[in-house]
Amino acid sequence: MIEHYVAAVSSYARDIDQLILLIGVFVGFWFLLSEVVFFWLIFRYRRRDGRAAQYVTGEEKHEKRWVTIPHLLVLVCDVFIIVGAVRVWYEVKQDLPPADATVRVIGQQWAWSFVHPGPDAELDTADDIRTVDELHLEVDKTYHFKLTSRDVLHSFSVPVFRLKQDAIPGREITGWFKAEKTGSFDVQCAEICGIGHALMPGKLVVETPAEHAAWMAGRAGVALARMLHEPSGLAAAPRRAAGGF
Amino acid sequence: MNHPGWRRRRAAQREVSEDMAGNAASAAAGAHEAHHHAELSFWGKYIFPTDHKMIAMQYMFTGMALALVGGFMAYAFRMQLAFPGMEVPGYGLVSPRDYNALITNHGAIMIFWVAMPVLVAAFGNYLIPLMVGCDDMVFPKINRLSYQIFFVSSIVLIISFFVPGGGFGGAWTAYPPLSAVAKYSMTPLGSTLWLVAVALEFVAFLLGGINFVTTAMNSRAPGMNLYRVPIVVWFIVIASILFMASVGPLIAGAIMLFMDQVVGTHFFDPASGGDPILWQHLFWFFGHPEVYVVLLPAIGIVAEIITVFARKKLFAYKIVLYTAFATGILSFTVWAHHQFIAGVDPRMAHIFTITTLIISVPIAEMLFVYIATLYGGSISLTTPMLWALAFIAEFLIGGVTGIFLGASGADIYFHDTYFVLAHFHYTFFPIAIIGTFAGFTFWFPKMFGKHMNETLGKIHFWGTIIPFNFIFIPLFILGVAGDHRRIYNYMHFPELARPELQNLRVLATVALLVMLAFQFVFFYNLIVSLWKGRQAEKNPWKANTLEWTAPSPPPHGNFAELPQVYRGPYEYSVPGRGEDYWPQNVPS
Repeated sequence: MIEHYVAAVSSYARDIDQLILLIGVFVGFWFLLSEVVFFWLIFRYRRRDGRAAQYVTGEEKHEKRWVTIPHLLVLVCDVFIIVGAVRVWYEVKQDLPPADATVRVIGQQWAWSFVHPGPDAELDTADDIRTVDELHLEVDKTYHFKLTSRDVLHSFSVPVFRLKQDAIPGREITGWFKAEKTGSFDVQCAEICGIGHALMPGKLVVETPAEHAAWMAGRAGVALARMLHEPSGLAAAPRRAAGGF
Repeated sequence: MNHPGWRRRRAAQREVSEDMAGNAASAAAGAHEAHHHAELSFWGKYIFPTDHKMIAMQYMFTGMALALVGGFMAYAFRMQLAFPGMEVPGYGLVSPRDYNALITNHGAIMIFWVAMPVLVAAFGNYLIPLMVGCDDMVFPKINRLSYQIFFVSSIVLIISFFVPGGGFGGAWTAYPPLSAVAKYSMTPLGSTLWLVAVALEFVAFLLGGINFVTTAMNSRAPGMNLYRVPIVVWFIVIASILFMASVGPLIAGAIMLFMDQVVGTHFFDPASGGDPILWQHLFWFFGHPEVYVVLLPAIGIVAEIITVFARKKLFAYKIVLYTAFATGILSFTVWAHHQFIAGVDPRMAHIFTITTLIISVPIAEMLFVYIATLYGGSISLTTPMLWALAFIAEFLIGGVTGIFLGASGADIYFHDTYFVLAHFHYTFFPIAIIGTFAGFTFWFPKMFGKHMNETLGKIHFWGTIIPFNFIFIPLFILGVAGDHRRIYNYMHFPELARPELQNLRVLATVALLVMLAFQFVFFYNLIVSLWKGRQAEKNPWKANTLEWTAPSPPPHGNFAELPQVYRGPYEYSVPGRGEDYWPQNVPS
């Protein structure tokens, strides 16, 4: 149901969608059942002249059954949902597959900075490619991301990946994704971060290896120029340095 | 029957309590007796009352006034979302700064200054002494102080909108560093005043909570054992205990945040060794039980109403009570489901997924019990009953959609989207608005001795319920489509700027306008009914609980003679009795 609105681009997007569908089936069943019984009872036992209400305490065993059995069944459904949720969570957030490459994602008021490993495929080297509000990835490649913030909380959210992770100043959080489709997609900040919170739309570009190499080649001159000007280019912040940690 | 001894004992008890509170003003038991019958001046009666009913009305009408402020804010920011950049009639341009301040204060007002004062403080104050059969709260002067502090907190909050820099705009959850550092929030005065207002508001409800628990435990009429206490009283007591047990960490957090803002400490500043996530734990350790603090009084009100208008005994009273205890205890173990993706250890998510899904069991059971209560009833759809039934129907939506968010794997996508927003509005709207209208229309004859107009009541009901669903069902869809929260203009996001999504935003806004317009029907009905409504007798609904044995409206001191209780509160349609109700105070 989510793919109708938002494409599923990451390797785990479908798993999250399926979990949501599973929950939807369980809770949908209980919801419909409860509402149907509820409205039927209101209709069936509406006030009529000459018909008195019954005296039912609900304390007898055969009466309590009507509440305790559904409640146990709800518990059973909860177990299925918990198992599904834990499995998906483990896959997305806890179990990091080996990375083909690593990118750095930095949130700040009010932009995303991305540091891509340059042609040498190593992060934190001189040929890193830094961009603002634009993340370039190669399709079918497993990336780790290292996420942090320069000032307040932000949240790195990529709806097509079904991924969201808060960025916290003073911490570096590692996660992963693997894009399986090419195209250009939205990056959001999903945690309020001040008056420019709505001004943090980033762009995610997933490219074929050839396109990605071409993009990297186009950026090589920029990286070289910065390296010549700032030998300690790694520490330079793209915009205002804030906080300091 | 008369109980002079009982009454003296109560008065003496009160003296001891008042002295304990350092309040020696009411010296002798005799003086206290006299005070019940003396004519009070306008100031003593309406402005500085100690009568629980008048304090309840102060809370009720302050809460309703602030609900109008909160509703106006919703109007302003929904207009901006539907028609970005539009000059909103009655407000003007909504800048990003305004937008953040509006959503922040809308949330804070609706929870802290509407749901809390109306459901917990107003209904708690009004109902507890009347329903347990005593003349007033145990600590009437603390009660008065509670409202006074609450009133000051409301003033401070409203001032915070108008200071240089504008009102606080860091969301009602006030996560640091945004809330702690002025150069990030750009509202140096607004954020501090907001925080002070919230802290004062907590103090007010702590004082109120002490009264509720003490009164319900110590001042019950003879014969009213704990299993004969009406569910709504129980639920307000449980809510007060939850509040008092959970608010401590947040008050500590608020002081630390205040120090970070004003004194320059670094509790939440990572650059100096602080931790911003600490605030989230302190906040949600309070914030999640808070959901049940406002839910329980509302769902308790619903129990009173459906039993009266279905003429049915509450199905399995003890199960209802135990589910509330279970919910209360479990509510302290679920807070970190608000923080799944906040950067806490990913392994922790499993524990909180389990506890969160387990808490669905007692709440589901409670709703099953309410539905079972309807079985075999004789249901009349009066205005209060419509509200009470609507509570169940709508709250179910809020309940089931919570499962998506409590399940860690699904929350990765839904966290901080409009799905969350629609979910909690499907819980908070039934609680704060539907629950309030249910209770208010039900007890209105008791409160004011007049009946409200039923036709207008029903017009108001349908004019509120139908648009309510048209506001929030589109927002569920928008959440699924990826609308993230607290964004003042979605046109910046190519995936979200599509016309089919914008149409849903417009639909929600139009529905809000319709719903707000129908609230005038309520206020018109309220004023006309107060002015020339049909006179209400003592017990117009033929209900069992003790408040209906007092005159309408009850005088200062409530009962001409304090009641004796012989049975539980829900003995409706008992076989072999001529009447289909059996008040708690009528001897067998």
